[in-house]
Amino acid sequence: MYQYDTLDKEFLADRAAEFREQVGRRLAGEITEDQFKPIRLMNGLYLQLHAYMLRVAIPYGSLNPTQMRALAEIGRKYDKGYGHFTTRQNLQFHWIKLADTPAILDELAAVDMHAIQTSGNCIRNVTADPYAGATAEEIDDPRVWSEAIRQWSSLHPEFSFLPRKFKIAITASAKDRTAAKVHDIGLMVRRARDGTLGFEVIVGGGLGRTPYVGPTIREFLPANRLFSYLEAVLRVYNRHGRRDNSYKARIKILVAALGAEEFARQVEVEWEKVGAAGDLPDTEIARIRGAFAPTSFDTLVNRSEAFEEAKAADPIFARWARNNLRPHKRPGYSIVEISLKGIGDTPGDASSDQMDLVADLAERYGQDDIRVTHEQNLVLPHVKLDDLAVVHAELQRAGLATPNVNLISDIIACPGLDYCALANARAIPIAQDIARKFENQDRAELIGELKIKISGCINACGHHHIGHIGILGVDKKGEEFYQLTLGGSGAEDAAVGSMLGPALPANRVAEAIDVLVDVYLRERQGEERFLDTVRRTGVAPFKEAVYADAN
Amino acid sequence: MPTRIKLQSDGTFVLAEDPFTHVGDDEGLPPGDVIISLTRFQSDGDRLLSEGRSVGVRIEPAEEVETLAYDLPRIAVVAVAFPKYRDGRAYTAARLLRERYGFKGEIRAVGDVLREQAGFMVRTGMDAFEPADGSTPEQWAHVAHRQRHVYQRAADGRLPAFAERE
Repeated sequence: MYQYDTLDKEFLADRAAEFREQVGRRLAGEITEDQFKPIRLMNGLYLQLHAYMLRVAIPYGSLNPTQMRALAEIGRKYDKGYGHFTTRQNLQFHWIKLADTPAILDELAAVDMHAIQTSGNCIRNVTADPYAGATAEEIDDPRVWSEAIRQWSSLHPEFSFLPRKFKIAITASAKDRTAAKVHDIGLMVRRARDGTLGFEVIVGGGLGRTPYVGPTIREFLPANRLFSYLEAVLRVYNRHGRRDNSYKARIKILVAALGAEEFARQVEVEWEKVGAAGDLPDTEIARIRGAFAPTSFDTLVNRSEAFEEAKAADPIFARWARNNLRPHKRPGYSIVEISLKGIGDTPGDASSDQMDLVADLAERYGQDDIRVTHEQNLVLPHVKLDDLAVVHAELQRAGLATPNVNLISDIIACPGLDYCALANARAIPIAQDIARKFENQDRAELIGELKIKISGCINACGHHHIGHIGILGVDKKGEEFYQLTLGGSGAEDAAVGSMLGPALPANRVAEAIDVLVDVYLRERQGEERFLDTVRRTGVAPFKEAVYADAN
Repeated sequence: MPTRIKLQSDGTFVLAEDPFTHVGDDEGLPPGDVIISLTRFQSDGDRLLSEGRSVGVRIEPAEEVETLAYDLPRIAVVAVAFPKYRDGRAYTAARLLRERYGFKGEIRAVGDVLREQAGFMVRTGMDAFEPADGSTPEQWAHVAHRQRHVYQRAADGRLPAFAERE
């Protein structure tokens, strides 16, 4: 965990004080809602269907127990006792009073947290691998670079009024757990043959109305040139991105219009002019690296008798271990994924009590480290195998031990029409229907990895384009319908899914998923995942089955 | 005489008399110092300068400051336009004028200029402001000096956090 120094703390305190004054002016009637809107959006405060929504930044999805408890307490005091973890590793409170927001920001600042740039046309919270520092796959710790970008982008004077919002993701493993290729900038840590650290730079991916998998515009950017290069990309975008139509204002449209090669050329020309003056000194990167409290691991052996015995004794624990644990870089440790997708629950929601429990577990068994995944789950990145049975039992008591990570009921869903002013259709009840339909865990495991992602509108907050099965809510003359897509992926093999056929009414969606799964189980060869089968066969056999009785 | 908020070299903000008149492309030229569009500057600039006036040029967001590169030493003011406060191209324009072209004259924010933007404007090198929200020099100073620390280098020469830490 990065330790804030006095400067970092004062920066947050000043920003919170500024917002307190601005809210004061609004409450005193000195400014109108129209004038206030841009001000509040710069601090992640939205006016939604029923109430204000405050989006709290969880930079690169990393939290300590104190911070998690502060979020729990805010949920209890100012919301309805819960919070919602989003696909951008943030946390949203959906029932906030305007008058309370200054106090909330102060409480956040007290634990080194904020809501800066969680909204607005600026550089948003950076997404990073939730397994950072715990997986053996990584080349370097992406949190170091994420934190450096967080600082560099905070109240950036030139890039706080871009044509549109701007999202950066960083991954340092061959396996991408950040959806880097559908971000405005995706950075993939690479190491050159001579050992130099660098990034593959992908620009212009994105979802929404016009989904793109971003092209690579530079195969290898030396890591110490990152900030001058970012400056060049952002400047080309700020100057030449479209501002006449907000649907066409994201950088992906500029990159697509110019072509990746021409865009890259313009960036190179600008980068040359920016020069080393735009870079952070190596000493600052080293300082940030050092400000991440080192994790001290015990020297353990690979095999834990306690863990093996617990698995043999308790099939429920064994199932959870099979589905929710991931290999750790150190012997005797494991990465624990905590599913926030309990059957019938709202995906991504956690109650204040659940947050407190996760904080306790991180403190007692998890090296004070908690992560949020872009798939709306939580992670305890460093747990000893010996402690897993206890951790599982505690999670079970709190309703957090659903053994479904990466399985069919581990569904991403945006808040949809239940909360969001933009939505055309509900997303949460559809996710709940599907989860209930596949409640049988034996069947879920037989199906294996299957990522379903649901959005309540074309803006694609639920990432439906990159779902193995994507579901998009649409409004047809006041009725909610759902369009299915197949074959999308947000991982290293990123792809945008293909439309299956005409949209279905809400009550037919879960059943249609069942049909798709049957086709997969019939067609699959060997160890093929659902996604692999779709890629091999195309959508035709799936389409035929779902629409068989439509004619 | 009209006024604008001016950032002085000691970091204070004052309401200062504005000797310049904004002149539209279709308007006749009044005597004295004027701020005109880039188009008009390209056709009339040499003549106006030869008359001994001070001349300012208004840059719209889509116009690039590079166009002015050779004329900058003769120009007293570059007015960077904000047709909407959300249009952030002027920040880039100001930074390039200061950092890349070493422009020493006044960079003035005009249009939908709100006090919430003060910090960003000052940091990118703007030093004169025509606020659309009736805000005062005191309010500008308050916002501009609000953050005790900044994280990045920009055109105002403030020490970024990483340099403060050294």
